[in-house]
Amino acid sequence: MDKLIALLGWVDDRFPLSKMWKEHLSEYYAPKNFNFWYFFGSLAILVFVLQIVTGIVLTMYYKPDAEMAFFSVEYIMRDVNWGWFIRYMHSTGASAFFLVVYLHMFRGLMYGSYKKPRELLWIFGVLIYLALMAEAFFGYLLPWGQMSYWGAQVIVNLFAAIPFGIGEPLSEWLRGDFVISDATLNRFFAFHVIALPFVLAALVVVHILALHETGSNNPDGIEIKKNKGPDGIPLDGIPFHPYYTVKDIVGVVVFLMFFFAVVFFAPEMGGYFIEHANFEQADPLKTPAHIAPVWYFTPFYAMLRAVPNMFGSQFPGVAVMGAAIIVLFFLPWIDRSPIKSIRYRGTCFKVALGAFVVSFIVLGWLGTQPVSDLLTLMAQIFTTVYFLYFVALWVIPKYEKTKPVPERLTS
Amino acid sequence: MSTDGVDNSRRRFLTAATSVVGVVGTVGLAIPFISSMNPSARAKAAGAPVEVDISKLEPGGMVTVEWRGKPVWVVRRTEENMKDLQGLADKLADPNSETTQQPEYAKNLHRSRSDTANVIVMVGICTHLGCSPKYRPEMAPADLGADWKGGFFCPCHGSTFDLAGRVFSGVPAPTNLVVPPHIYLSKSVILVGKDGGAA
Amino acid sequence: MKKIIVAFLMSMLPVLVLAAGDGMHNDKVDIDLNNKASLQNGAKLFVNYCLSCHSAKAMRYNRMGKDLELSDEQVEKNLIFTADYSKKPDGEINKIGSLMEVAMQTRDAKQWFGTKIPDLSVVSRSRGADWLYTYLRTFYIDESRPFGVNNQRFPSVGMPHVMWELEGLKKPVYENQKGADGKDHKVIAGYETVVPGKMSKVEFDDAMRDLVNYMVYMGEPALLERKTIGVWVMLFLVLFFFVSYAMKKEFWKDIH
Repeated sequence: MDKLIALLGWVDDRFPLSKMWKEHLSEYYAPKNFNFWYFFGSLAILVFVLQIVTGIVLTMYYKPDAEMAFFSVEYIMRDVNWGWFIRYMHSTGASAFFLVVYLHMFRGLMYGSYKKPRELLWIFGVLIYLALMAEAFFGYLLPWGQMSYWGAQVIVNLFAAIPFGIGEPLSEWLRGDFVISDATLNRFFAFHVIALPFVLAALVVVHILALHETGSNNPDGIEIKKNKGPDGIPLDGIPFHPYYTVKDIVGVVVFLMFFFAVVFFAPEMGGYFIEHANFEQADPLKTPAHIAPVWYFTPFYAMLRAVPNMFGSQFPGVAVMGAAIIVLFFLPWIDRSPIKSIRYRGTCFKVALGAFVVSFIVLGWLGTQPVSDLLTLMAQIFTTVYFLYFVALWVIPKYEKTKPVPERLTS
Repeated sequence: MSTDGVDNSRRRFLTAATSVVGVVGTVGLAIPFISSMNPSARAKAAGAPVEVDISKLEPGGMVTVEWRGKPVWVVRRTEENMKDLQGLADKLADPNSETTQQPEYAKNLHRSRSDTANVIVMVGICTHLGCSPKYRPEMAPADLGADWKGGFFCPCHGSTFDLAGRVFSGVPAPTNLVVPPHIYLSKSVILVGKDGGAA
Repeated sequence: MKKIIVAFLMSMLPVLVLAAGDGMHNDKVDIDLNNKASLQNGAKLFVNYCLSCHSAKAMRYNRMGKDLELSDEQVEKNLIFTADYSKKPDGEINKIGSLMEVAMQTRDAKQWFGTKIPDLSVVSRSRGADWLYTYLRTFYIDESRPFGVNNQRFPSVGMPHVMWELEGLKKPVYENQKGADGKDHKVIAGYETVVPGKMSKVEFDDAMRDLVNYMVYMGEPALLERKTIGVWVMLFLVLFFFVSYAMKKEFWKDIH
């Protein structure tokens, strides 16, 4: 035991180990009223690690070559010991990552976690979301199935829609060829395996550092640092370790129950996690009847399709889709209310947030369906609702009937 | 927050219990990852035993097959070769094949199965640094000296082996050539890569 | 808040319906991967009728043997052929550890059949078992097609009716039905046997069920194993939940 303490001392003289432990765990004071919505940050880290570890094994056997990719995945599913298990964890993990991240972001919307002084924390988060979407997009091409190929074809063609002579050269540069081909597959592999994981890891680190600088928000939206005890510790704060480490372990176990239930009993999830068309090898000469992105992209896909061709170009649709994501960056300044949490805001805000969530979900469903006049109209309506949320956030604070925000945390 | 009335023994027990279950779960999860790195079914199929037909193999002749990506030599030694093997003992580093470079049934003078003693099966890779030696069955060639009674010469660093694959003393290679598991399916067909058990 | 979650989850449910697209419904087939006899029969039909043109190059003979409870010798004798058409593309004969490849070259296939012949390893996962079962049983006589047959499930298919000797040959019986546009359309209402086959309709349906059963197995050989392991994993997680929750509650006694 003494030897261990001496060893720790030796390390501490050379590296801020104990300092980091205290600053970020045993003496990082978090609000004591974290609820269900506060599990998803740690779950996101868990899924990230899972994707990397399963990804490393997959990279040992996957072949990023147009001739070999599809069957190399089947080789993993059959010939590699436990290959099917690792593959299913990776495919389920991708969907789980987005589910967790969407719920994590929703928590931010509910409790005003993006507001001062956490604007930068929010911005890092939106950057993580963007990087995650790119990572998932690049990863989906790799199995080289029909949906992989044609989904990539459609999305890269969106870039071709950019006007002023930028679009076509840009698409060719992205693809490395005139159509999605082996060259595209190989570079998407490089982006998916190395480039974006590094970017994601760096963003996650700065995201957590930014969080620890300001301290966490909480369901009441109150700044606990405003009420410190004589020892300088927030009265409503508790050390992250052991209280939230112990609580997050339970969160992890419950999450794993859902996660492994899918992995072992329903890895395809009715064709939503692994699409049926992707069990057919990519064929550049044969387009599938319905091309749809994976479920986590469908809300934006619905918006893209909702906007009609204008001035002979698809670009307005691309612009609307892009705006739907970019607007998130500006959220801390669009929402002018000084009150953070939904608990103390007026009915208007609650309705607006509810409508936003409903529109996101309905748009998601619409993105999976083939086009029709009625469904396109619906998509246009709900895209408008989506953007109206941000307008509402700007307007509401002037007229809102809010409740008084307490000094100390309630539960 | 208060830590009065804390039942420390209960906390220690629950921490220990959760840790144990956690470790079991982690090990259970780790096993598939580690196991996945073992040879896959494809590697095992590619490494499957190989048949060699020696019906046309003349005395002094050698045939080479590929097994697990390595060259495997099958040599039918002449009667004179077999007699010469006995006299070489003092020039060899391991004349009695003490180091386990061969299956039990090949741990003998001629390093082959007893009923077909003149035919030897060896992996054609020098035990020094992995080059493939040359077959030199001729007697007393100019470059190998008057005492050369046939064997193998490795051009990379000059190691030499006799016609039973035994390494000579004073050369870089430390051990005799490897004899892989093999079995005779018939008088003229050897299966390389599989024993079937006893000699 | 909870209501939002429930609404979200419930909105996902009806979306699990996959559109059949062309309006034709598929006959349901009873898949039972525990029925080894059915799988063995299906395997026999597959290698005898399908493997001469289609490959199943993700499937290994010895894996199939192990899962179907056949010995290596049984597989080698009954399921691996050394005839030219069932050699590997490089001419090597198939061994027990080989993949189920086929000798027919892509070029030849394009010439003879007008199209690439798809590999069948995971066709049960892209088309679905019901689709396959329907497809195999809806070939009918059509003189206008190159091989004299057409298929109701897959109109203008390039494949001949390989198992015509078993099923026999049938011709469609049409009837008029009002379409969505209000006009009359000629649709296939049923079939009439023209040339009887070696099997009765029931026997052929059973054989096709065995074949589709086998193809579902072949699409994911690890399926039964993953479900078995899954049960143990769930049980372990339930145990883990109880002990970790007890630990959480104990530590959180400190917090008021």
